[in-house]
This record gives sequence, structure tokens and C-alpha cells, in this order.
Amino acid sequence: MINTVNRELEKALEQRTGQKVRDCYQCKKCSAGCPIAFAMDLVPHEVMKMVQYGQERRLMRSSTIWLCASCETCTTRCPNEIDIAAVMDGLRQMALEAGESLGEPEVGMFHKSFLGGIKYTGKTNEPILIGAYKTLSRRLFDDLGLGAVMLARRKIKILPRVVKDRAGMRRIFDRTEGGPK
Amino acid sequence: MSRIDFSYFPGCSQTGSAEEFGLSTEAVCAALGIDLEELPDWSCCGASSAHMTNDLLSIALPGRDLALAKKIGKDLLVVCAACYSRMKVAQNRILSDEALAAEVEAAVGMDPRFTGRIRHLLDVVANDIGMRDIKKWLRADLAGLKAVPYYGCLLVRPPEVCCCDSVENPTDLDRFLKGLGVEVRPWSFKTDCCGGSLSLSRTDIVENLVNRLYVQAEHAGANCIVTACPMCAANLEMRQQPGKFTFTVVHRMPVLYFTELLGLAMGLDAQSWFKSHLISPLPLLKQLDLVN
Repeated sequence: MINTVNRELEKALEQRTGQKVRDCYQCKKCSAGCPIAFAMDLVPHEVMKMVQYGQERRLMRSSTIWLCASCETCTTRCPNEIDIAAVMDGLRQMALEAGESLGEPEVGMFHKSFLGGIKYTGKTNEPILIGAYKTLSRRLFDDLGLGAVMLARRKIKILPRVVKDRAGMRRIFDRTEGGPK
Repeated sequence: MSRIDFSYFPGCSQTGSAEEFGLSTEAVCAALGIDLEELPDWSCCGASSAHMTNDLLSIALPGRDLALAKKIGKDLLVVCAACYSRMKVAQNRILSDEALAAEVEAAVGMDPRFTGRIRHLLDVVANDIGMRDIKKWLRADLAGLKAVPYYGCLLVRPPEVCCCDSVENPTDLDRFLKGLGVEVRPWSFKTDCCGGSLSLSRTDIVENLVNRLYVQAEHAGANCIVTACPMCAANLEMRQQPGKFTFTVVHRMPVLYFTELLGLAMGLDAQSWFKSHLISPLPLLKQLDLVN
């Protein structure tokens, strides 16, 4: 029911991120200054209103929470000092924990590939990241010409850089329950 | 001037895709008498992917590096804008939230409560040494270079932890470039996002953002873009290449790290850095007689 306001989502986000979304009075500065707004299905001030209304499912499945690039322009301009980028982080984390099908599956695959590389090598290695992402997303043939140029200019190193304390890295991921399972 | 002593977090990009940023950083620091002690067995800060998916992980990953810095006990120098932002945010959260600090300590197995200062090299050069004092190290005038300073997001935001003088219109990099004799062109896109974290997954969006930056840099009358962020640089250079989402107008504007220009102005051997750019700055620099 659209006229039922559910405060649970707003409270859960406050507990998770410390942000009081109820302070938003819809000045819309966040949306006006958002560099990604042109590609979003919900612009930031709409996200804030929907958090106040508790429209959890629509938010969890939106593209917006994955398209937000965390540039934090909105955060620095919010007159009510709401860290909107942190709210987006909170929504992303909740969507993952709830096992929702992501509004932007390829962005999720990128994060999985990125963190998987750190989990097993401790560092970000471009060939491992790109290889893992291409495999997960099945976009094997994107940017092949670019890859060749990057190899030639030493932008991509063949040998991965690996930390010595690999057990320590695994422990961080196990303890925080982060990264790919 | 007395020597400056830091522990040093190079960051993944500076040993990989932004090798020229890492090499030029180490060369200018050595020449300026800034001693760098690399954190032993440092690991990735987790960048955007960590904080977007798991809050504790996003503090624990840089927390491991902060614990290594605590053991050394010196102030910590970082050059990558993204690593810098993550390190500062993590330090802030660890020192202000004891319950979180204890959780990070358990995950990392070391004490992450690093109380030293975390510094960005641009801040150290432009504000500690100062552009008047840097003059005595300079051997070449960079006249002819017309740059737009591109701060991007993470050098200035969040302003509570970052180093620049203004979050909307910072001038640190402007002052730095003017001090080297570079003509700084005014533009309104100093702190606009390039879409770095979406570079592989939503290339169409990134192409749109990067294209606008190039068009605006050209309108500003610049012949190069100068940055302190390896994500911005990679994104700006990669998306000028022919690919799936090519520009309707092809751009060939070089993107340079502030450390490369400092090294060039100091008369250091900069040629090898410039060779690893995707958009070679060498034709421009040769035309201006800045390299042989």
C-alpha cells in the first residue's frame, strides 16, 4: 500500500551508517549536482524520499544504488549534513545481504572480481581483475585493442604482485565476511 | 632545509598501471630530500569496491596498512588520491570508534590505531615546502604548457579528512603548477567525477563523463590535463583509445601526473615516465622544447 509509511528502513540505515535520512527536506541539490543522474532510474533526492517512505524493495532492485560512483558531491552539498554517499553504500550492502538480484549485475560482478583479487593476492593486479571480470560478465571481447596497447605500454604487468602475508589477508576477509564467498 | 621523513604507502596502481606515477614520486622525493620508508608487505586499501559492499572490510583493509605504519611510527605519505581518501577515512573511524577499532584489530591481528599524520605529496610540496622555496630546485621553465588542474573526487572529498583548501574550488594544484611556470587555464570541472569505479562495468556512462572533461579542457584552451589520481588518469587515457564506445570526436590530449611535471622542471630524467602513457605527451613536450 502506497500510503503506508514504514520507518523500518530508515532506522536500519541509521543504525548501519549513522545517517538520519528523515532530515532530508527535498531541496534536491543532490540530484542537481549528481554527475551520474542522467543514467539513473531514481535520482538521489528520490532515493532519500523512498527511504523515508520505507520502499525497500524498489530501492534494493534499483540501478541507482549501483550507478552511484561515490564521488560524494551530494554529501558535501547537503544542507542537512546527510552523507548521501554513505546512505548509498548502506543500501548496496543491504541489497547484497538480502540476496537481491542486482539492478546493475555487471557492477556487482566488477566489485566481486576486484575484491576476489585482493583476497587471494593482497593487491590489485590489473590482469587478474580484468580476467575475472570478463569471465564473470562474459564480456570477453570488450576493449581487446585497448588491452594490447596497455600491455605494450607496460600498463598491464604479466606477473602478479602478491603479499607475503596471504593468510593475514584471508583472515581479514573471513572475519569481515567480505568479498566473494 | 632539513630532510623530511615519512613512511610510504605506494598503492597498487603505482606499481602497475600507473607505474610512471610511482617512479616519478620516488624520484622527486629523493631529489627534494624527502625520505620514504616503504611499508613492509603493504596491501590494497580496497578502494571503492570495499566500501560499496562491506563497511567493516572497507576499514579493515586500510586498517592493516595503518597498523604497519604504526609500527614504523612516522607520518605516512600517500600519492594515490583514492588510497589517500580511504586511509584518512579509515584512520578517522578507527580513532573515533573504539568498538570498531577492536573489530579491525581482531581482523587484522595488529593494532590499527595509527595516530601519525597521513599526508598527500601534493599537500607536502605545495603547502609545507611551498612553491617559493621549491624554486631553488627548479632547472627548467615549463612555459608553453597550458594545463587544466584536475583534482577529481578523492583529493578533495570528504573535506573533513582531505587536504585541499576548498572542496568546491580548490587551488593547491593550481598554485603548484603556476610555481613550475605552467600556465593554468581556468575551468569549472576541477572536481567533477570521471566515473572511475564504473570504467569496466558501465563504459557507456564513463565515456560520456570523460568526453565532457576533454571538451571542456579544450574549450579552456589547455594542451594537457594534470592530475594526482591514477584512476582519473587511467580512465581519461583509456577512454580516448578506439574501442567499443569511441568518441564521435577523437581526443589526443595528454594527461600528466603532477609529480612528472615537478620532475621535469627539476631536470630529472623524465623520458621513461612519459613513454608509458597511453596518450604520449612526448610530441607536445618536444614541440615545446621541454624534452629532447
